[in-house]
Amino acid sequence: MEHVVIIGNGISGITAARHIRKESDKRITVISSESDHFFSRTALMYVYMGHMKWNHLKPYEDWFWEKNRIELKNAFVSQVQPEINQLTFSSGETMEYDTLIIATGSNYNKFGWKGQDLEGVQGMVTKQDLELLEENTKKCKRAVIVGGGLIGSEMAEMLSTRNIPVTFLVRESSFWNVVLPPGESDIINNHILEHHIDLRLNSNLKEIVSDENGRVKSIIIEETGEEIECDLVGLTAGVSPNINFLKESGIELGRGVKVNRSLQTNFKNIFAIGDCAEQHEAIGERRPIEAVWYTGRMMGEVVAQTICGNPMEYKPGHWFNSAKFFDVEYQTYGWVFPEPRDGEAHFHWKHQDGRKCITINYQEGSRKFVGINTFGIRMRHETFDKWLTEEKSVDFVIENLKQANFDPEFYKTFETEIYKSFIQQQPVAN
Amino acid sequence: MENNLSLTGDASSSLNIPQKLATFLGVSGLFILALAAFNMNFPNKAIWLYTSLAAIGIGVIWFAQATYANKTEGIKNDHIWFKSITNRGVLGWITGLILTGFYIVLYFYPELLGLNAEGENTGVISLFDPLSNLLSGNPASQWFVYGTLYTIAILTFGVKFIWKYRHNKYERLRTFSVMFFQLSFAFLIPEFMQRLNSENFSLPYYDLKNIWPLNYYNFEQYRVDSMINAGDIGIAMLIFGVVSIFVITPILTYKYGKRWYCSWVCGCGGLAETAGDSFRQLSDKTQSAWKIERWVVHSVVVFVTLMTTAVIYSYLGEDGKYWLNRTSFLIGVAVLLTAVFALVMIFKRNEFQKDAKFGAIGYLAIILSLIGFHFLSGDGKVFLFEAEALRSTYGVLIGAIFSGVIGTGFYPIFGNRVWCRFGCPMAAILGFQQRLFSRFRITTNGGQCISCGNCSTYCEMGIDVRAYAQKGENIVRSSCVGCGICSAVCPRGVLKLENDSMNGRINANEILLGNDVDLMDLLNQK
Repeated sequence: MEHVVIIGNGISGITAARHIRKESDKRITVISSESDHFFSRTALMYVYMGHMKWNHLKPYEDWFWEKNRIELKNAFVSQVQPEINQLTFSSGETMEYDTLIIATGSNYNKFGWKGQDLEGVQGMVTKQDLELLEENTKKCKRAVIVGGGLIGSEMAEMLSTRNIPVTFLVRESSFWNVVLPPGESDIINNHILEHHIDLRLNSNLKEIVSDENGRVKSIIIEETGEEIECDLVGLTAGVSPNINFLKESGIELGRGVKVNRSLQTNFKNIFAIGDCAEQHEAIGERRPIEAVWYTGRMMGEVVAQTICGNPMEYKPGHWFNSAKFFDVEYQTYGWVFPEPRDGEAHFHWKHQDGRKCITINYQEGSRKFVGINTFGIRMRHETFDKWLTEEKSVDFVIENLKQANFDPEFYKTFETEIYKSFIQQQPVAN
Repeated sequence: MENNLSLTGDASSSLNIPQKLATFLGVSGLFILALAAFNMNFPNKAIWLYTSLAAIGIGVIWFAQATYANKTEGIKNDHIWFKSITNRGVLGWITGLILTGFYIVLYFYPELLGLNAEGENTGVISLFDPLSNLLSGNPASQWFVYGTLYTIAILTFGVKFIWKYRHNKYERLRTFSVMFFQLSFAFLIPEFMQRLNSENFSLPYYDLKNIWPLNYYNFEQYRVDSMINAGDIGIAMLIFGVVSIFVITPILTYKYGKRWYCSWVCGCGGLAETAGDSFRQLSDKTQSAWKIERWVVHSVVVFVTLMTTAVIYSYLGEDGKYWLNRTSFLIGVAVLLTAVFALVMIFKRNEFQKDAKFGAIGYLAIILSLIGFHFLSGDGKVFLFEAEALRSTYGVLIGAIFSGVIGTGFYPIFGNRVWCRFGCPMAAILGFQQRLFSRFRITTNGGQCISCGNCSTYCEMGIDVRAYAQKGENIVRSSCVGCGICSAVCPRGVLKLENDSMNGRINANEILLGNDVDLMDLLNQK
């Protein structure tokens, strides 16, 4: 029987395993050194905050795996030898495979800062990171977070629920403005401040200072030279593919594991999916490496088809994503860039409470709707997916926005206000 | 790992000073009641009673203010799993024991509370006499004491709930609704109705929103007689009781799902949603719990149907003083059940799938019993049992032990909806309809689910909401009471309670929205 081995039990690897089981009777083994069972990585923060316990993070009960004949192995793969189809574990034990799926996800970035390996310096990606954070914050008087993205904001939220004062260093002039248009980025700046986080924009980390025991004592800011005493430094300046163990394998690597559109590496029977996969060429507006829950899941769905004799390319549909910054929910459908590209324009509406806004990106000439960002208002994925496929105009979208609303019943709606604001902002047609 | 997490040694999960003072105030109020229960004789009962109730009420509301007023609007579930009271810790167990103890005394030893068969009340019941006299003109009973405390719990914890979810209008309205129905329909109106009673006119104590079979005693002989003897008003109440379950309930459940009752009107639901909110995360989400739930709750439906049929049958005559006689009544029940069963089998057999077998077993059991009633009855016995014995067994097992002692007493252990989920026959009937003939569903938002598990964790009914959401599948479950908390706690805007067309209400997706259109079509149409 063909043996499919999957390294990594995150959303990508587990989705692949589930779909391979649905389509076939192949022997499936999933390897992880992080946890015995699949859990939702995005929810680790809720365990630290006391919203959930570890067991709540597991989307499937523990009996699920045996029932579906998915073998689980808690081990660390230290070497892959594609020419003999064999894995070697850190224990020295080996395992043969017929088909291999690499789904090892990401590690947090370290950019060679002085002191980045001190005790009390850590990222927030794995279960082990969470356990370490618990240790590191036992007597924490102040924490510094380096890097303004979603994980940084989540870590700030986590620490604030334990009443730990947080200084948040953000390199950019406004929070996450490499992704968000200025109006939206501004909302998040204010919201972070509202939560009593000491937000420092335009601030780079210069170095992390050690005490006599090799623990973090303080950090120094590049721009001002200011030294901030702290007991914890959170490194949240992005993530990179977790592929160190493949360096000697002969599998083609770039920043990630290089794959073609079928998610296949330079070896026919080896695939890579999720955060660790890097497309030779970016697909559409997407990045070559997509470190997002949803894309990991989609790649898992696709690769399972290919492996089960139904060859498929990874052809994702319309881009979508979502996040939550403290209390403010964010969703996006289609493409919205921080600045409109050539021939494109933004319509921006902001509610007076400063916690809700939308930005619609559209083509100026054809008025084609390109994408929407929404903060504090939930939108219906299905509706926007359909409108994007049907290439609706921005005018159509504004007029029919009500159809896309996904807020709970009885919520105040803002379609009329948005419509009026849109009409006002449009130049009068001649 | 959780043990490590909860033993961080940081003080952020302990109570702040206003919370401590508020707790002290509330407990002081309870302490006055406890002293009364131990027969401490208060000189001016009215003053002590109102002081005690005010202390309890202000304590709860003050605590809510101290907990939520200084926080930003949004989901505030911080430290829930670190706290002893909400994580089945020592405080949780102590609270559970006190509550179960209270229910056991209330149902089985009311004399300990000061109820005297002859003569005036003593103890804590006598403390409530001034308020009872004010409302109904009668001295208090143990049920009046219970009703008062129950109402105060719903009102004050309702304020806490609204404070916690002040950003969420669905939750605000829903909570106003249960507070209103408890205060008026369940508490004040029945008390005022007592004032109408005189020597030649008497209405039974009737909470009009309390519908059979939740109100399992509604069609017992003494109540029916009393209503019939009370003339037009009584007859109207009797008809309303019948219409409630056979006409009003199906229409509203079709339009809005069972939430119109379970989380907007019902008193049991009202207490669960307010005072019980802190315990919603303790419900068991395992598949095995679901299996047990379905067997137990539907068995209660069979039990209550048979019990009620037997009770009514036993007081109907052969040709009888009522226009309805024993034979026509049994035939009527059989025809009604057969009609329901046939309609479901004809129109919904595909959705019913393997559950059909169990439905058929339940149906058969009832029909055979009805036949048994007819042929094996006599001498005041119905099918070998005394109807009265059936009734009192149901009253003790289901009415007292299940709904009270276990259902509410065990809030801090099994969660706040144990009764509604495992025991309530009304919820089961509404749920049966919700699953098969209702416009209500929880819509899943395409591919946006990240499987975080907040929805499942905070589902008080123990529904594994995430299992549906992560498949892009709408949630259509008979047990869902539509509290809306899964939607509220979702960090990615994935869930929405709504009423829409019945078509395509249930939609399992192999591949989620956002992936290759061809792949989605290929697999979803298989």
